[in-house]
Amino acid sequence: MRNKLVERAKELLADGTVTRVIGWKRGEFSYDVTPAVFETAEELEKDFVYDGFCGANVSKYLIRESAKEGKILAFLKPCDAFSFNQLLAEHRIRRENVYAVGIPCEGMADIGKIRSAGIDGVTGIREEGEEFVLSTLYGEERIAKKDALAERCLVCKSKRHPVYDELIGEEGEDLPDDARFEAVDKLEKMTAEERFQFWRGELSRCIRCNACRNVCPACTCENCVFDNPDSGLSQKAAADPFEESMYHIIRAFHVAGRCTDCGECSRVCPENIPLHLLNRKFIKDIDELYGAYRAGENAENKNPLVSFREEDAEPSVVHERGRA
Amino acid sequence: MRKIGVFVCHCGTNIAATVDVKAVAETLGREPSVVVSEDYPYMCSESGQNLIKDSIRDYGLDGIVICSCSPRMHENTFRKAAASAGLNPYMVEIANIREQCSWIHKDKAEATEKAILLGKAAIAKVLLNTPLIAGESGVVKRALVIGGGIAGIQTALDIAEAGFPVDIVEQKPTIGGKMAQLDKTFPTLDCSACILTPKMVDCAQNENIKIYSYSEIESVSGFVGNFTVKIRRKARYVDETKCTGCGLCTEKCPVKKVPNEFNLGLDNRRAVYIPFAQAVPKIAAIDADYCNMLKNGKCGLCSKVCTVGAIDYKQEDTFVEERYGAIVAATGYEIADVSRYGEYAYNQSKDVVTSLELERLMNAAGPTGGTLLRPSDGKHPHTIVFVQCVGSRCTPDKGKPYCSKICCMYTAKHAMLIREKYPDTEVYVFYIDVRTPGKNFDEFWRRAVEEFGVHYIKGAVGKISPRPDGTLDVQGSDLLMDEQLHISADLVVLAAAIEPSKTARSLATMLTASMDTNDFFTEAHPKLRPVESPTAGIFLSGVCQGPKDIPETVAQASACAAKVIGLLSKDKLKGNPCVAHSDEMMCNGCSNCANVCPYGAITYSDKEFRMPDRTTKTRRVAWVNPAVCQGCGACTVACPSGAMDLLGFSNSQIMAEVDALCR
Repeated sequence: MRNKLVERAKELLADGTVTRVIGWKRGEFSYDVTPAVFETAEELEKDFVYDGFCGANVSKYLIRESAKEGKILAFLKPCDAFSFNQLLAEHRIRRENVYAVGIPCEGMADIGKIRSAGIDGVTGIREEGEEFVLSTLYGEERIAKKDALAERCLVCKSKRHPVYDELIGEEGEDLPDDARFEAVDKLEKMTAEERFQFWRGELSRCIRCNACRNVCPACTCENCVFDNPDSGLSQKAAADPFEESMYHIIRAFHVAGRCTDCGECSRVCPENIPLHLLNRKFIKDIDELYGAYRAGENAENKNPLVSFREEDAEPSVVHERGRA
Repeated sequence: MRKIGVFVCHCGTNIAATVDVKAVAETLGREPSVVVSEDYPYMCSESGQNLIKDSIRDYGLDGIVICSCSPRMHENTFRKAAASAGLNPYMVEIANIREQCSWIHKDKAEATEKAILLGKAAIAKVLLNTPLIAGESGVVKRALVIGGGIAGIQTALDIAEAGFPVDIVEQKPTIGGKMAQLDKTFPTLDCSACILTPKMVDCAQNENIKIYSYSEIESVSGFVGNFTVKIRRKARYVDETKCTGCGLCTEKCPVKKVPNEFNLGLDNRRAVYIPFAQAVPKIAAIDADYCNMLKNGKCGLCSKVCTVGAIDYKQEDTFVEERYGAIVAATGYEIADVSRYGEYAYNQSKDVVTSLELERLMNAAGPTGGTLLRPSDGKHPHTIVFVQCVGSRCTPDKGKPYCSKICCMYTAKHAMLIREKYPDTEVYVFYIDVRTPGKNFDEFWRRAVEEFGVHYIKGAVGKISPRPDGTLDVQGSDLLMDEQLHISADLVVLAAAIEPSKTARSLATMLTASMDTNDFFTEAHPKLRPVESPTAGIFLSGVCQGPKDIPETVAQASACAAKVIGLLSKDKLKGNPCVAHSDEMMCNGCSNCANVCPYGAITYSDKEFRMPDRTTKTRRVAWVNPAVCQGCGACTVACPSGAMDLLGFSNSQIMAEVDALCR
């Protein structure tokens, strides 16, 4: 697949359709892959990667890249495509400056899980059926996908691209949502006190590195409230336990109705806080109160929290639910 | 250093009995920036206001906090007082220590502590207040009345009489509403049509009134003094400009079995019809659900007999767009569905009817020509049972929680008329309470009992069962005699609850007017502003605001007209300066604010910005039209970056209040 993408990117660069390409590049380690912009065929040949460690969502980078002159080729996994579409809905990306190529994704590996399985010194990854084959400093290792996939991929919402100019590989389908909300169900079944303790425990590990915000494709404000001294919220350090909880709660509210559940927040969290559960709770609530809704499904959609229909749940219903 | 004055009102004993006002004034007087803190028995009185004015001058105050009643009550009073002493009226903050404190607490120490906190929050806010100046906007001198029943007719006539043009939009082919269907009116027993139809004709003939019949409201935008309304004129397949109302088409139409809604389905009409003889406008309409020509292109008889060529099968819905300064909701009521109450056998027997159906059965223009006959076999009923409060005064799962208000009186009217015309008929009324307040009302129902021998039974009907012999077994309890009764009735009349028109809720959404849980429009103040909606420029007339009889409806309709005339006679309206504005440097251009704005006040444009690194960047940013913004604040909540803020209620002011409360 990687070679296919590089070939197509080179063609599009050569025929002048695009002037730049956004994809993924290896960092210090093989599992340390970050989005990167390529401008020449040579750069692509040398550094472009697409493998089981390319979990990073490239859509957010297109805000800046699409504001520049010339068209950019963006390789979008289904997750990235939903985020891309949502950003289009919010007028954050200049569509005419992006050539979107949908690419297939069979799920991305979680290096933490691989390490926990006792596999160290990973230098490369490839897929083989239901397994990941890992080359390591100590020889080749195999691990079942179900043991190595990131949580977000185990409960993958869709293999479909809601938006693209061109598709490489076959278009996938939406996947059933049942498993995706299991963890939220569990939280909902807790008593308020148990739930509070759960989150206090999880969030107590927060070091306020702001990685979740910086990576989030919904967190795209010109001037974030947490950086704005006039907002009354701008504390960048974890000043006290209350402060760090409020940071995450405020962030969850800000992205409610806009979050596509791409799971980047949890991927980048150095403390492994399951931040995506806050967002998923909002998604579940929105689905149940206002009817099934998927952020990023199309670029015209008004999300239920900023639109009004007569059949919307009455505030009293929302209030009752909040008390449960 | 700011100079803040604090003024604590006793409100007689309303506040002072529960709150230690002296302690409040003293404690707040020690807050930073507060240079004077006084208490006074009635701050809203002239001498109270003078105390405020003098303090503003003497101490050079640049902000004042009044600890008193709700701002809905006297904010305006104190703003005016401040303005007359040279202080910007928006430098006034109210701490509500009456409704939100003294009235809801019993413990004086607790209430005093809370009053102090509320005062501190208001001080924290006023320190961040900035002087605001209200803009002005023009007034379109035309009113819209939605609904052409007696409420809408009366309001329109009164507005037109004052010289302003007014349009009536009525969804049915004729105006007249429910009153046109009534037989006699209480308490004087004059004929309903006789007193209504002259008013309908007045509407048609008044130069200032334009009637859009068979029309609906499609959309509403704008704000007080300047609404734009799109009206859908439903296709009636008859050219209004040509039809003379001769009725020839309605006689020749071969489709004869269309339930006649004017007679509540008790008889039939044709597919092309004029609702009733005195209809205004008297123009035929074709019912597309039944017309053979419209359904399958076969017939065309009406177009052949029409001497003026008014029939037009190709007609389509058209739209009219018009601007109005004021909008009146007069959408009236409907009869609640009684078939859900299986115990009353409404669905099982034709001889169980609603009171409105009885009106038609007694009306000279009704299906029986005014002779009271049973719908099932056309015979005279000799025993009639009336059941009160069907669907009214129920628990919410069973029906309406409210009293429909008109049923006690119309039932007394029906009973009396029947006893007078058919003395051989026995009439029983099952009631929970008889509620007849009103001029000459109680006398009226007592006459039914004392002079006309109507049997009033305090109790409820448990079951109505149709018997094979065609009678109805009415089983009920007599609470005063403590016994179970079985009455063999020929006709049962249900006093069905009235409910707001089904169209009211979607209309309220378009008007951004608020409603209660029963879908009645909410008034701006239940006692002091009963004919205005809380949304500026929207007025309420008739039953859409709550159950009413005809005299009350007409009184309210005229009151409503007076308010509309008051608005339309102004040339300029002072706007509300507490409007939203967007900080362009922070705006993301995401459209959240425009999506939630109920007034369409927010637009976007691409603007060029000089960035700190001396480059130029084009960004999509929001702009709020201050003339359209009503200051509801929805956008400030929806804005993720905090770029959108509300003057007079800024995010920082609200945070300061919260901080003061939490300190």
